Amino acid sequence: MTSHSDDFAPSRRRFLGGAALAGAGLVAAGPARAETAKPDPLITEVQDWNRYLGEGVDKHPYGVPSRFEKNVVRRDVPWLTASPESSVNFTPLHDLDGIITPSGLCFERHHGGIADIDPANHRLMIHGLVDKPLVFTMEDIRRMPRENRIFFLECAANSGMEWRGAQLNGCQFTHGMVHNVMYTGVPLRTILAEAGLKPKAKWLMLEGADAAGMNRSLPLEKALDDVLIAFAMNGEALRPEQGYPLRAVIPGWEGNLWVKWLRRIEVGDMPWMAREETSKYTDLLADGRSRRFTFVMDAKSVVTSPSPQAPLKHKGRNVLSGLAWSGRGTIKRVDVTLDGGKNWQHARIDGPVLEKSLTRFYVDFDWNGGELLVQSRAIDSTGYVQPTKEELRKVRGANSIYHNNGIQTWHVKPNGETENVEIS
Amino acid sequence: MSKSPRVALLAAAAGLALALAGPLVAQPVHKPHPAAHPHAAQAPAQPLPPAAARMGLGREALPEEIKAWSIDVRPDGKGLPPGKGTVRQGDELFQAQCAACHGEFGQGNGRWPVLAGGQGSLKDDRPEKTIGSFWPDLSTVFDYVRRAMPFGNAQSLQPDEVYALTAYLLYLNDIVKDEDFELSDKNFTSVKLPNAAAFYDDDRETTEKSFWGRQPCMKDCKAEAKITGRATVLDVTPDSKTAPKVD
Repeated sequence: MTSHSDDFAPSRRRFLGGAALAGAGLVAAGPARAETAKPDPLITEVQDWNRYLGEGVDKHPYGVPSRFEKNVVRRDVPWLTASPESSVNFTPLHDLDGIITPSGLCFERHHGGIADIDPANHRLMIHGLVDKPLVFTMEDIRRMPRENRIFFLECAANSGMEWRGAQLNGCQFTHGMVHNVMYTGVPLRTILAEAGLKPKAKWLMLEGADAAGMNRSLPLEKALDDVLIAFAMNGEALRPEQGYPLRAVIPGWEGNLWVKWLRRIEVGDMPWMAREETSKYTDLLADGRSRRFTFVMDAKSVVTSPSPQAPLKHKGRNVLSGLAWSGRGTIKRVDVTLDGGKNWQHARIDGPVLEKSLTRFYVDFDWNGGELLVQSRAIDSTGYVQPTKEELRKVRGANSIYHNNGIQTWHVKPNGETENVEIS
Repeated sequence: MSKSPRVALLAAAAGLALALAGPLVAQPVHKPHPAAHPHAAQAPAQPLPPAAARMGLGREALPEEIKAWSIDVRPDGKGLPPGKGTVRQGDELFQAQCAACHGEFGQGNGRWPVLAGGQGSLKDDRPEKTIGSFWPDLSTVFDYVRRAMPFGNAQSLQPDEVYALTAYLLYLNDIVKDEDFELSDKNFTSVKLPNAAAFYDDDRETTEKSFWGRQPCMKDCKAEAKITGRATVLDVTPDSKTAPKVD
């Protein structure tokens, strides 16, 4: 069985159930019976790859995925933004498994394009309310004690297009502004200790070396808790689009704070009120007032398969798969419903359950070809229960753009096609 | 929609549902973080190690270096460079350097940001969030224009030019009415933006307290589930023109 259909792309034709879907029939019949089936030539005949030599070890000094995986890529939504340099693309969650996101598939969000920096030319400056302002080279950073930690990074605007109702068909687009990798870096507290803090220090400003000079204010308490200044992801140097050579890692907090191409940390006694913490990344509520510094990402989950880009293709045995995460701690439990919330069951969690990390869940089930309304509901270690989108709108209205962690519904049709819907 | 789920869950051993409620698989490879408190921002700050424990890495930053990189401006005026500029001067600069994207009057071309107008729209279905209708602090305009604008030619404006542009943006938003108004490091903090009082700090753990500690219903939770909205109605998902080519 192929892991996913090669001819699949999230095209309108596909979603609307065009010829490919309706004609050929998406859902295969039950298992073929051995007595009526012809022998499979893939088994009875020697295949090319089985006879002729493959490529040698000198062909791919840096390996890439199989050519049959070419549809497993980040995708963007061109109408969303004015230019690709200040825009976002999305992780193909429906094509991935486990909890680690491959580095090249981690969604991107830039405000002034990808800075192209030779690490030999990169500097990190710490100044402001410190005993001694310092400049570090990358060589200096790499001489400090380092740690390895796995954390999710979720954009505060993930699912932001869905506040007014179901809009985008694909969990890549509705939930793909999240990724989860292992970082290697130096605790920020270690770096701050080198400079020494003045007693009035309360807030830090982190600033990038990119063409947007991205800056955000960070409370000192968080900086001294679990923030890392990272130079590696998934065992190798950060990818350029993820902040090479140096980025901030702010566990459990909105992605916008994780300043990439980090060049400067200023220590102060109040927040800076930068553009990205006032005009953006503040949550406009129904009464016209706005919440600011909504740093923590609330518990959230999504079923990644089945989903619009990963329709059901077989009656009988199937694997429902999904992801859950919380910025406040670990995932304690995930519930899944297949009938739109009439009945729920506990999903099977598999793989590491780590603090502020994606957590993988499964439900192994038989499908008889009937309609399904699939939802998942995460519960975290603080007892927070992922709310429905309606519950969120009731307390926040529909204009807050950010922090939409409501329960997602997928409608699986009898032909296996799956659509993003909202239900009563 | 069918009345009952047509999905038969596979029964595991002892007739239990396959997904058991028991202890979840946990492989804590992380050592516990110093502050496991859910409200990490309010967790007590860990004292830093004493100066004697410093590694001596890095070198002292020189005053010229700090000055060169200190482009940030705070609401209290800290960071403002000496300088001044009028609405008129700002108008000229804006038309030359900004209007291509933001429009002559800050109305925004295409999907580029709208900078003016929208006052009184924040409770509407489609609020218009501009400097005049939404932004709380004028320092944000100065800080952002100075570090990031014009888009693609960042940090190219002189302080006087940033003052002039900021003055023009105040004029476009009817916050100053006089074309001869001059903004400078002297009068900067006296200008207040109209929506400043409408911002307040994160209070989710109080106002959304009901999301904690629930025991969610698991069986026969509702009589029916009806579809109330569909993504295909809007049909805004990127189509095959932007998706990878299919063979």
